[in-house]
Amino acid sequence: MYETSFQSLSERLFKETPWPSVDAVAHYVDNDHVFCLLYREMWFRHLYARSSPTLKQRIDSWDNYCSLFQVVLHGVVTMQLPNQWLWDMVDEFVYQFQSFCQYRAKMKSKTAEEIALLRQCDQTWNVYGVLNFLQALVEKSTIIQILEQEKEGLEQFTATDGYDFNGGSNVLKVLGYFSMVGLLRVHCLLGDYHTGLKCLLPIDISQQGVYISVIGSHITTIYHYGFANLMLRRYVDAIREFNKILLYIYKTKQYHQKSPQYEQILKKNEQMYALLAICLSLCPQVKLVEETVNSQLREKYGEKMIRMQRYDDEAFAIYDELFSYACPKFITPSAPSFEEPLVNYNQLCICHLISVSSPLSSSLYMDAYRLQLKLFLYEVKQQQLLSGVRTFLKVYSTISLGKLASYMEVDEPTLRTILMTYKHKTHSVDSEGKISSNADVDFYINDDMIHVVESKPVKQYGDYFLRQIVKLEGVINDMDRVKLD
Amino acid sequence: MGRDRETQKPQQQVSYTVEQMVAVNPYNPDILPELENYVNEQVSSQTYSLDANLCLLRHYQFEPERMSTQLVARILVKALMAMPAPDFSLCLFLIPERVQMEEQFKTLIVLSHYLETGRFRQFWDEAAKSRHIVEAVPVNCACEWLIRGPNAGFEQAIQAYAIHVLSLTYQKVPRPVLAEAINIEGLSLDKFLEHQEANCGWILEKSHGKGQLIVLPHNEFNHPELKKNTADSIPLEHITRIFPILG
Repeated sequence: MYETSFQSLSERLFKETPWPSVDAVAHYVDNDHVFCLLYREMWFRHLYARSSPTLKQRIDSWDNYCSLFQVVLHGVVTMQLPNQWLWDMVDEFVYQFQSFCQYRAKMKSKTAEEIALLRQCDQTWNVYGVLNFLQALVEKSTIIQILEQEKEGLEQFTATDGYDFNGGSNVLKVLGYFSMVGLLRVHCLLGDYHTGLKCLLPIDISQQGVYISVIGSHITTIYHYGFANLMLRRYVDAIREFNKILLYIYKTKQYHQKSPQYEQILKKNEQMYALLAICLSLCPQVKLVEETVNSQLREKYGEKMIRMQRYDDEAFAIYDELFSYACPKFITPSAPSFEEPLVNYNQLCICHLISVSSPLSSSLYMDAYRLQLKLFLYEVKQQQLLSGVRTFLKVYSTISLGKLASYMEVDEPTLRTILMTYKHKTHSVDSEGKISSNADVDFYINDDMIHVVESKPVKQYGDYFLRQIVKLEGVINDMDRVKLD
Repeated sequence: MGRDRETQKPQQQVSYTVEQMVAVNPYNPDILPELENYVNEQVSSQTYSLDANLCLLRHYQFEPERMSTQLVARILVKALMAMPAPDFSLCLFLIPERVQMEEQFKTLIVLSHYLETGRFRQFWDEAAKSRHIVEAVPVNCACEWLIRGPNAGFEQAIQAYAIHVLSLTYQKVPRPVLAEAINIEGLSLDKFLEHQEANCGWILEKSHGKGQLIVLPHNEFNHPELKKNTADSIPLEHITRIFPILG
C-alpha cells in the first residue's frame, strides 16, 4: 500500500497540485493526532518533490517533524510501519535540512519579508536541532545496545528486518537505526568525515543488515561511507564497498524500474562509478573490483582514467570534474550574515600551490563545496608524482636510486622524498591508529638500492575449501535421506 | 610501528569528563567553553583527543562568531603532531576558507604539505622560521629527548613521524638521510642513536666506505614478505562453520 498506492494516486490525481490539506481529511480519522502528523509529513514530502516550497511551508514542515519526532520519542506510537516509510522519513528530514541550508545561503534573491521571517525563526532547521533529533532517536531507541545484544544472540533485530512480531511497535527502533545513517550523511555534508563514520560504527556493513532492506538506505549508507573513506585516504575500504554495491545495483536494477526512486538510484550509481574511478586512479587496486563492475567502469571512465594517470593540468581538470559531479551537496550550517555583503574568496587561494578552476559564485553553499574540492585537489597534487614512480617500479625488481633518479629526471634527494611520499600515501591509518598498506606495488630501500616487491594476488584457498566441505556435507546428508525413504 | 595515537594521552583521568561529554552530548552548544579549555589542557599536559577537537571545530562551524582562531591554530599544531594520521586534513575540512587565509594558517598548511610529501629538510627550515606559531606547544631541544621520552613536544612528535616514514621505506638508511629527516646532527645524533640502539632495536653498520648505515627494525612494511603469513590465515569464525561436521 505505502510503496505503490501513494505513488500512483499522486501520479494520477495530484500531479501538479498538493494533496488535500490535513484539515480536510482530519475529521475522517477522528482527528487522530499521530495520523495527522504522518499525513502532514507525507503531504510535505509530496510538495517538496513536485515544486519548490515557500519559506512558510519549510517552517511548517520543520514544526511538523518536531511534533512527529516528539511523539515517537515519547513512545506514544504503537503501530508498525514499513521500513521503506521509516527510511523515507529520515531521508526526507535530512534532505529538507540540506535544502533549507541551500535556500538560506542564497541571499541575493530574497525579499525583505523573507529575510525578516528568517531572522525571526533562527531555530528552524537549526543544525543543532537536526543533529539532536537524530541523536535522540538513536539513543531513545537503544538501537546500539540492541545491535550489541544481537551479536550475542540475546535479541532479534536483523533477522526480522527490524519488525516486531510480538505486538510491539517497530517505529522507534527502526527510526533510531536509520538515524545513524542520517547522522553519517549530515556529517558528510558538513565535511566531518571522521565523526560521520563514527556514527555508522554500530552498523557492521560487512554483514547483512536492516540498512540493506531498503534500497535507498543501502545506497545512501555505502555512498557516504565510501566518500568519507576516500577523503580519509582509505582507498581500499572505499573501493571494496563501492565494488560490492555497484555489483548489487547492476544485478537488481531491473526490479527497481517502477520505483519512485529509480532515477535517484541511477544517479547515485553513476556518481559512485565516478568516485570509484577517482579511488582507482589514486590507488590502482584493480584486482579488488569484480569483472562486471570493471567493464562498466572502463566503458564509462576508461579513457578519463588513462588521462588521470598523467597528472598534468588536464588530469587535474578531470579530477575536478569527477569530484564535482560525484560529491555530496555540501552545506554551510551557520546562518549567513544578514547585513554584510558577501565577499568572494575564490581568487584568494588557500595556498599558492593550487588553483581551482570552478566557476565563480558568491553563495555560502558554494563556499562549503569549494573548500572540500580544494582540499581534495590539494591531496591529488601531493600525490601527483606517484603514478610515475609506480610505472618504473613495476618493471624493475631492483634498481639503484641514482638510476631511477636519472630516469625520472630528478636529483637523488628529491627521489628519496618522492619514495617516502609514496610510502606515506599508500599506508592508511584507521580510526584506532592501526596502519595498513594499500600499495599495489611495494618496495623497500637498502642503503641506495630499491628492491621491488609486487604483491601477488593472494589466493584464499581456505574459504573455498570450507565452502566445499559444507557443500559436500549437505550432499551426503541429502543422500542419506534418500536411502531411508 | 603502528604508533598508537592513544600514547599521546597517558593521563586518562583528567580527560575523562570532557571526553565523556563529547560522547554523550556531542551536539550541545553549552559545552563549548569546556572544549576550549580542554584544548589548552591538551597542550600543557601533552594529551590529545581528536574527537573533542573536531567537536569544538564543529561548534565553531555552527556559530562562527564564537570562534577563537588562536585555539584553532593550537588544534592544528596538535593535529600535525598526530601524523601519520590524517587529522590535519580532517580539521581543515571544518575550517572556513576565509579563516584559512590568515597568515598563521597558511604557514601551518605549508608545514603540513612538507610533511605529507616527505620533505623534511624544508619542513625544519620553515618550522624554525615560524617558531612563534608552533611554540603553542612546548618545543624542546633535541637532547631533552633522552630525558623526556617520545611524544613530549612538537619536535619530538615530528621526529617520531619522520622515523615512522623512514621505517616504512628503509631497511637500511644512510646516516645523513636520517639526520636530515629528524633534524639532529653530530654529537646529539650519536647520543640519539645510542639511545635507539639500546631501546628500539636499531643496529649501526659501517657501509663500504661511505659512512654509517642504520638498520631499522623489521616490520611488514619494509619487509613486505613478512605480511604474507598473516594474509594466509583463516579467521576462527570461518572455521566454526564446519565444527558440526568435524564433530
